[in-house]
Amino acid sequence: MKKQVFALATAAALIATGAVAQDYSANLKARQGQFRIMALNLGILGGMAQGKIAYQAEAAQRAADTLVAVSHINPGPLWPEGSDNMSVDGTRAMPSIWDENADFLAKWGGFGDAAAGMQQVAATGQEALGPAMGKLGGACKACHDKHRAPQ
Amino acid sequence: MRVFRGLILVAVLVAAAGWWMTRPRPLPADALAGLEGDAARGETVFLAAGCASCHAAPEATDKRVLSGGQRFASDFGTFIAPNISPDPTHGIGGWTGAQFASALRRGVSPEGRHYYPAFPYTAYAKMRDQDVVDLWAFWQTLPASATPSQPHEVGFPFSIRRGVGVWKLLYMNENWVVAGDLDPEHERGRYLVEALAHCGECHTPRGPLGGLDTSRWLSGAPNPSGKGEIPALTPDRLTWDAGEIAYYLETGFTPDYDSAGGHMVAVVENFGKLTAEDRAAVAAYVKALP
Repeated sequence: MKKQVFALATAAALIATGAVAQDYSANLKARQGQFRIMALNLGILGGMAQGKIAYQAEAAQRAADTLVAVSHINPGPLWPEGSDNMSVDGTRAMPSIWDENADFLAKWGGFGDAAAGMQQVAATGQEALGPAMGKLGGACKACHDKHRAPQ
Repeated sequence: MRVFRGLILVAVLVAAAGWWMTRPRPLPADALAGLEGDAARGETVFLAAGCASCHAAPEATDKRVLSGGQRFASDFGTFIAPNISPDPTHGIGGWTGAQFASALRRGVSPEGRHYYPAFPYTAYAKMRDQDVVDLWAFWQTLPASATPSQPHEVGFPFSIRRGVGVWKLLYMNENWVVAGDLDPEHERGRYLVEALAHCGECHTPRGPLGGLDTSRWLSGAPNPSGKGEIPALTPDRLTWDAGEIAYYLETGFTPDYDSAGGHMVAVVENFGKLTAEDRAAVAAYVKALP
């Protein structure tokens, strides 16, 4: 009897440990890749806004379209519960993403709105990029202020 | 016996001298007499000094309602930003301009008590007279809030406010960290960084008593929230060029298009509303750091 209880307890402990050590590396890679795609395209638009890159309407439009495309990625599979920085290494995603999920999703939606705004004006001229970049920067900051841990 | 009496006398004298040295020292009531405030210019001071970043309610949408309530953890306890809206009862609406100036530049309340240096008066001590009266003029345009201030959560011995007087003797002075005569742009940058924007409060490491170690000025520090590091701004560590620094202060985007996070978000929100010249001045000062 004692042996059985012990075996059961060991099995339960193993299952529990398995749950804690669940591998989220694919999710982390996917969402960090998503932010990398955003950064690269923001770099094109920001470079043009600052005059560091020659303005080109088509390239600006494609960058803006890409941002909008990223904003359409369904966040659910990228952000499974338990993949926060208190539970796993290699992420700065704070537990507030899940504790205050509506706020997080609203801020992700805010990025979508700012990207759509950029998409509307990107091909209309260099001087339209600055203000649209300001709105995108605001959307990024709003979420990073609350849901991303400092480096 | 005589020696004993002598010792007591010496002890009493030392204590009296200490009590005298650590007394709160407000500005004289007429320190800003004759100066006329300009609310529009005061708004620039308000943004650069980041008043709302700490004194707006947590997650407030209207950052001009300075009802307080944000919590600031430290090794000495948790400080809770008070209501400093123009409400006469719960805010500072009943203050005189001179009392406002004493709070900013001396860290002394109208009742003659030391404020805790979570309020960055060590930086504001360098604020120009005209900027103080302009800021006070702008203050009168802000909305009032009747939210009561909450007491700080500070335990003994730091709960003894007189102790702050000792701290001030050690750490408070009106000297620039980057000393000497500078050209107008670097001088403006120094004024913004060292006085108004109080960048050193987070970006400079502190000594055991919580004072800034100015010998390691803006060389980065542990995040007071406990997690992570506040980055260094010195040229050996911050490799961005002046244009990149100015663009970061305007939009929050780093040169590789990551974005600002944490408390720096509030700083960028304010600096985005300043002039391009002011952002360039900060960048020039930072690039010239030792």
